[in-house]
Amino acid sequence: MSGYQGKKNIPRITSDRLLIKGGKIVNDDQSFCADIYMEDGVIKQIGENLIVPGGVKTIDAHGRMLMPGGIDVHTRFQMPDRGMVSADDFYQGTKAALAGGSTMIIDHVVPEPGVSLIAAFEQWREWADSKSCCDYSLHVDITEWHKGIQEDMEALVKDHGVNSFLVYLAYKDVFQLTDAQVYEVFSVIRDLGAIAQVHAENGDIIAEEQHRMLEQGITGPEGHVLSRPEEVEAEAVNRSVTVANQTNCPLYVTKVMSKSAADVIAQARKKGTVVYGEPITASLGTDGSHYWSKNWAKAAAYVTSPALSPDPTTPDYLNSLLSCGDLQVTGSAHCPFNTSQRAVGKDDFSLIPEGVNGTEERMSIIWDKCVVTGKMDENQFVAVTSTNAAKIFNLYPRKGRIAVGSDADLVLWDPDVTKIISAKSHNSTVEYNIFEGTEVRGGPLVVISQGKIVLEEGTLHTTEGSGRYVARKPFPDYVYKRIKARSRLAELRGVPRGLYDGPVCEVSVSVTPKTMTPASSAKTSPAKQPNQPVRNLHQSGFSLSGAQVDDNIPRRNTQRIVAPPGGRANITSLG
Amino acid sequence: MAERRGNWDKAEDDLPVYLARPGTADQVPRQKYGGLFSSVEGAFESKSIDFDALSVGQRGSRTPRTAKRETGQQAKSSASDNKISPGVESPAANRRGGKDSNRVEITTSGGKEVLQNLEHEKSDRLLIKGGRIVNDDQSFHADIYMEDGLIKQIGDNLIVPGGVKTIEANGKMVIPGGIDIHTHFQMPYRGTTTVDDFAQGSKAALAGGTTMIVDHVIPDPGCSLMAAYDQWRQWADEKSCCDYSLHVDITHWNDSVKQEVENLIKEKGVNSFQVYMAYKDYYQMSNSELYDIFTFLAERGGIAEVHAENGEIIAEEQTRMLQMGITGPEGHVLSRPEELEAEAVFRAITIASQTNCPLYVTRVMSKSAADIISQARKKGHVVFGEPITASLGTDGTHYWSKNWAKAASFVTSPPLSPDPTTPDYLNTLLSSGDLSVTGSAHCTFSVAQKAIGKDDFTQIPEGVNGVEERMTLIWDKAVTTGKMDENMFVAVTSTNAAKILNLYPRKGRIAVGSDADLVIWDTDSIRTITAKTHNSATEYNVFEGMELRGAPQVVICQGKIVLEDGNLHVTSGVGRFIPCSPFPDFAYKRIKARKQLAVLRAVPRGMYDGPVSEFSMSRGGTPSASARNSPTKQPVRNLHQSAFSLAGPPTPDDIPIRPAGRRIVVPPGGRSNITTLS
Repeated sequence: MSGYQGKKNIPRITSDRLLIKGGKIVNDDQSFCADIYMEDGVIKQIGENLIVPGGVKTIDAHGRMLMPGGIDVHTRFQMPDRGMVSADDFYQGTKAALAGGSTMIIDHVVPEPGVSLIAAFEQWREWADSKSCCDYSLHVDITEWHKGIQEDMEALVKDHGVNSFLVYLAYKDVFQLTDAQVYEVFSVIRDLGAIAQVHAENGDIIAEEQHRMLEQGITGPEGHVLSRPEEVEAEAVNRSVTVANQTNCPLYVTKVMSKSAADVIAQARKKGTVVYGEPITASLGTDGSHYWSKNWAKAAAYVTSPALSPDPTTPDYLNSLLSCGDLQVTGSAHCPFNTSQRAVGKDDFSLIPEGVNGTEERMSIIWDKCVVTGKMDENQFVAVTSTNAAKIFNLYPRKGRIAVGSDADLVLWDPDVTKIISAKSHNSTVEYNIFEGTEVRGGPLVVISQGKIVLEEGTLHTTEGSGRYVARKPFPDYVYKRIKARSRLAELRGVPRGLYDGPVCEVSVSVTPKTMTPASSAKTSPAKQPNQPVRNLHQSGFSLSGAQVDDNIPRRNTQRIVAPPGGRANITSLG
Repeated sequence: MAERRGNWDKAEDDLPVYLARPGTADQVPRQKYGGLFSSVEGAFESKSIDFDALSVGQRGSRTPRTAKRETGQQAKSSASDNKISPGVESPAANRRGGKDSNRVEITTSGGKEVLQNLEHEKSDRLLIKGGRIVNDDQSFHADIYMEDGLIKQIGDNLIVPGGVKTIEANGKMVIPGGIDIHTHFQMPYRGTTTVDDFAQGSKAALAGGTTMIVDHVIPDPGCSLMAAYDQWRQWADEKSCCDYSLHVDITHWNDSVKQEVENLIKEKGVNSFQVYMAYKDYYQMSNSELYDIFTFLAERGGIAEVHAENGEIIAEEQTRMLQMGITGPEGHVLSRPEELEAEAVFRAITIASQTNCPLYVTRVMSKSAADIISQARKKGHVVFGEPITASLGTDGTHYWSKNWAKAASFVTSPPLSPDPTTPDYLNTLLSSGDLSVTGSAHCTFSVAQKAIGKDDFTQIPEGVNGVEERMTLIWDKAVTTGKMDENMFVAVTSTNAAKILNLYPRKGRIAVGSDADLVIWDTDSIRTITAKTHNSATEYNVFEGMELRGAPQVVICQGKIVLEDGNLHVTSGVGRFIPCSPFPDFAYKRIKARKQLAVLRAVPRGMYDGPVSEFSMSRGGTPSASARNSPTKQPVRNLHQSAFSLAGPPTPDDIPIRPAGRRIVVPPGGRSNITTLS
């Protein structure tokens, strides 16, 4: 498959120059046949009959598809959870990612409440820099909300190349934020030009349901899914779409696990909301019926949040929405725990650490479920596995595209190879694989990361610590062009009126709030920058409802109203 | 055939206006008689068919119904369509004689009969003759005899005692009196009180054809529900002119409130409780509290009503508006966009479905909220939507009026939608049955009271009028436009409300044994609504200047005539409290069935005996947070996952589910006590 031009015994890793001949280049917009020449980890030339220097390693693709390396937008490697750490660290995790054809991962920084975002971010950088085998970037999760957090966010965006923040609507009393806090976070995110990500589940209801399940004596993993019905997910998605609309903030829903949640996203997009949905490998490839497995360890292996839907038609449905563009990007939410770690919750499902594997299987599962079945073509496959992710997170065209000047992260894809997924052969360290026994068609033949061959003939050549942190700039065009246009459009104005000079009723001030947080938003909200003339456009651009520039003129509809349009400015009498 | 069509065109001019459209004959929905099967030629010959009694309007005896039947048997024989053939002339026609038949006549029989009833100054006995009784399921012609405030007989040629006051309805519609399911009369607000007290408010209700109101008891947060209930009872008993019932609003939630709710259901005849998702820091409930309340109500057979708006976001938006210098009433609607209403409705439905509790959404003001309700109904949720007079009749463009007082008079929550197509849309959904009942949310403040918020829209007391206009407005917007028929009109104005409150068939139906709350409805009258003539005490009317068709001609409440010839004869304090019992069939039949269905079972497994990791519990600060404040934990299971979806979670058998059609090589896991993984 690969040979050397020039001297035969140059060690393979030392050569930074690579030529791929006779491949079919597949981008998200088109496919074409051309050769690619790479040097120093960057694509230098694309075309036919390239003039390349000597000492170049050549790969003959034999007409196979060459596509941009996958971007796994959602991983949680080495994630701490109550004193434990998820089983795959950055080395194991990125190794698995590369084995599956993903050449970049975006991990989530989860600061413990009380820890500053910067400190947590630095911690994650340190872990990843020392271990990661492929390029990576970081999302930062907002697990609490106060003034300091806002400053941290500003610093992260400006100095550390973070442009996405995740808020939790679930995990009551731990990570969960209230609607008012979410509103403020979204306002800040919008002003910073970042993406608001949301873990969408109604934590209040879940807490109640969990309690009820345990009271009924349901302590096994089936309680996990019973206490997190998909409605609760759909409700939270709907709520976050509402808040995002109000604040004119782009929204990104992580882990779309159910039909109804996906439907809410699809509907919101039809109404013009800037919202993206991320199904994960698990929701695209398997379902929640395994929670009822008699084997506790197996059932527990599927525990993740939102829960896998017990409806066995869900994966197919989500694959269809992914193919038609209603869902845009795919992650893996790779966060596996060992069985002994899971066993922390052996008597109480609510204690089982959450997370499933999937970073290695992601590309193959999507190819098998979508491309092989004819739901999508190879270009759309590239779009959902890398290009869209790169666009949303402002990495495009450095990542997610094969073009001159892009990073040399490529995958030579073999659509015909079949493979049975099994924990015995996978690259993760955990003892189970939730796709165990699934036979998938399509897989990477050669994977090139940073211009180096890391997978070849089924052998991985990864280097611990070679992964670079990729900084991301705010205001990605793909997302913010529309947001910017809308904020210009939507300006609110009061109605100029004379002073009301009629009688005014006396008010007793006896009304006392139930809880003394009348100015709660003023107190805790760093986000109150006065006079932000940014208005969500739901009312201005997309509906007939009012609140527009011409609102000074009272509108008249077709009602039979005899009274003249109120024109007097300073009156108290009524016509 | 051709000839008949020609006659039709002619006859159209004679039809009552609300039916005068091409093809209306087919619009009349329910055919009392055999329909298709009755058109046997000659079947009605030499039998006395009371065509006149079947007629609706009086300008022509030709109504769709008679026309249809006529064309069935008589098209060939009768030459002139507009005349009743002599052979079938009816007593009613005789009675009518040559008088102007458009009037409703009220007569009291004199002579001996009066002497027999000397002890009665005013007769409690009433007979309505020649009316067309309209219930929610069918319309038919019959006389009605009432005594002691109850309907005693219905039928033709009734045998009634003497001394009976007779109303000659002349074929006009007789409908059950309206039930206004949502009023706020005499509501205290920060030391002041709404200008319409129970006397004034119920008077306005009667003037509009509504014979029963259901008011909301609003206890101050922290105060006892029972005390507030007693207070409202006292006010209403003193002053109300018509029967009433009460909803109780739950403004805070703890164990003692829970106890009070139970007592109210068991002893006090309240079966509906409202919770607020808006009014942050005052009335607003958290999601967990909603869950608890809904669970509790589902168990006790109550209806959960919800004021659906996302209070947290509203609070944020209000602050933003004020910061931007928007202080007028337009800020009210700008800070409460309809999305927030829709969001809260969605959330309420989710919680209700989790707890298997029937849900009632008060004040549906926007298209998107209505859409969510109709979607949820399609999915099988037990949810009822209540648009109010204001949302059905007007829109929120008036918030931008230059006249502050006018703009302020429209302030209510959720606000009227600035989208001018909203009323039409809501009327359509009401007609199609996606929205179930109508209220008025009548809660009126004078201009001086509204002016409390002259410099800050958040301080404007909220509420609009509408109790008087409700029936007329729906008739005008929905029936005359052909969206709904008269039966549906009855359903949305009274029957459905009575069913939800478990008052059916005492209220909301004309049947023997029902309360004598009736309205003779005049479909042709046209009037212009104005604050000058309305019965409310406020200086404005949000429907000012609207010309509406259809009005009550005679209103009978508790068997007494309270409105005739435009004159109101109301007596303050005659209104009785009507207790509502829990578990209304209309809402709870389905809930009960689902409860039985949905039983959850754990999977029997052996003990896990493998290694267990060390972990610290530091993360979950309050892992069982719900245990703290949730008094209600019952094994109620919503059936969303069991009955309505294909999802198959609770496998009754012990075989783990294998989704079919998957290439899974591992055998179905059957070993029960293992830690190794295949």
